Amino acid sequence: MTLHPLVSMILHRLALGLLTLFAISLFIFFAIELLPGDLAEEVLGQSATPETVEAFRRELGLDQPAMLRYFNWLGGVVRGDFGTSLANGRDIAELLAGRFANTLFLAIYAAAIAVPLSITLGLLAALYRGSWFDRAVNILTLTSISFPEYFVAYILLLYFSVTWGLFPSIADFGSDADLSTMLFRTFLPALTLVLVVTAHMMRMTRAAIINLLAQPYIEMARLKGASPVRVILRHALPNALAPIVNVVALNLAYLVTGVVIVEVVFVYPGLGQLMVDSVAKRDIPVVQACCLIFAGIYILLNLGADVLAIATNPRLMHRK
Amino acid sequence: MTSISLKSVPLTALFGIVVITGFLLTGLFADLLAPFAETEIVGMEFEPWGGDYLLGTDNLGRDMLSRLIFGARNSIGIALATTVLAFTIGTALGLLASVLGGLTDQALSRLVDMLIAIPSLVFALLLLSIFGTSILMLVLIIAMLEMTRVFRLSRAVAMNVVVMDYVEAVRLRGEGLGWLVRREILPNIMAPLVAEFGLRFCFVFLAISALSFLGLGIQPPTADWGSMVRDNAALITFGDITPLLPAGCIALLTVSINFVVDWMLHRASGLKD
Repeated sequence: MTLHPLVSMILHRLALGLLTLFAISLFIFFAIELLPGDLAEEVLGQSATPETVEAFRRELGLDQPAMLRYFNWLGGVVRGDFGTSLANGRDIAELLAGRFANTLFLAIYAAAIAVPLSITLGLLAALYRGSWFDRAVNILTLTSISFPEYFVAYILLLYFSVTWGLFPSIADFGSDADLSTMLFRTFLPALTLVLVVTAHMMRMTRAAIINLLAQPYIEMARLKGASPVRVILRHALPNALAPIVNVVALNLAYLVTGVVIVEVVFVYPGLGQLMVDSVAKRDIPVVQACCLIFAGIYILLNLGADVLAIATNPRLMHRK
Repeated sequence: MTSISLKSVPLTALFGIVVITGFLLTGLFADLLAPFAETEIVGMEFEPWGGDYLLGTDNLGRDMLSRLIFGARNSIGIALATTVLAFTIGTALGLLASVLGGLTDQALSRLVDMLIAIPSLVFALLLLSIFGTSILMLVLIIAMLEMTRVFRLSRAVAMNVVVMDYVEAVRLRGEGLGWLVRREILPNIMAPLVAEFGLRFCFVFLAISALSFLGLGIQPPTADWGSMVRDNAALITFGDITPLLPAGCIALLTVSINFVVDWMLHRASGLKD
């Protein structure tokens, strides 16, 4: 039985992604072994008696060999059991579930605005290359790339929330809010992410299109008298789809990290804030779980980008 | 390098050069410029602008302007040290991988692939939670994560040089690894590495300030722009822009570097669009 080339390609990439995730899980787990002492000594501090350390070690299962602990941990993770938090003894999976949904909501909200906006702007900048519009957009995006996320966030907060009182400064919408309340309360964090991500995406879209415009077949289209808009939309865009899809995925992956800072500024109960809190408390099992989830999303997005890029480019599909 | 007439430099790049020089001088002469000491408590908390304290005081009653000036030294200094470290390790490994090839190249490249597969902020958070927060750890962790990008670039550009005939000739002549790297390869890949240094510095600077902002980077009482935003953030809700000053300094410096690098890349690529 021969599979469709696209299907076999997807399977191949999926296997590669799983392998990467496995390697990362190894790293996440064994990074702790690099500590001079072990987790129990590190968490309890120097004042702890040897007996407490020993008891804590047994409680964490540290008296077992590392390999065994790793497979126990991995087995648990696969079944959705991340263990319990060191700080408050709560079940980590339970802790993560709601927050994961919140983070995903915020990221999708931002992406839904940023992706169409930045592709349109990128196309326009490429179309009017060298004009004042292009130059203004170039300076603006270069500036916004250089801004720390929290700088953008606080400026928005200062104007939209404090000075004009349009939007709430704290994005937590409670447990049972309807969609419009959710969209309203998370508008400022979403807008921050949009501003940060759009700049990247727009610049890369513009570069991808301009790269293509140097090709001979574009020159040909121009010479035969096609209008600039037609050259961009009919001739350049279909071939630029692959790089643009890549750019979009890359930046959605970037959203994953941007979310950490933005969640802290707007006190949004997401995965990023949980992770930062847990790092401060050195609640390592929670940090490991968050790290694994972020890595998983990141790999999945890159995988999606690869597949889409190849699917939109027939030439890549028949490569031998 | 050909001499550059001042007129040919675009306004944005000129602006960048002036600002970068200004910040570097401020950092170097922080002791002379600052009206008060770095950690000295001089007044009440959150005093308004003007009077003895030009930009008011912070959450512990320390002079904001002095902290900003010392922050230039600490924040830029630490980021610079990290970038230099990342470049030293990254270039060394990248050259090693390209010159030796084979198993060394495979092993190093796969390791870097894995490190790049996780967003670096998330990775930094994991490592910080394990090793605890100190300036040394921060520098080492960020340098290790940024090293991967330098490795990729230096390996890629060195690969183009390694296949040249003159490198082959040097190998046949029996020169050692050191000669090969220092005399043949490095001079040929300096230009892209220098431009990359500016960009990497921006990333390192933003990464460290982000971690400091989260309270996991440079620890008090060291004056640092990222943590200064965090310490004084409460003022924002009263419509006071003081906490935005250190963030603004970070933004201004990175914008300036980006402007200069943008211009350098533009010149290097010979594009005249």
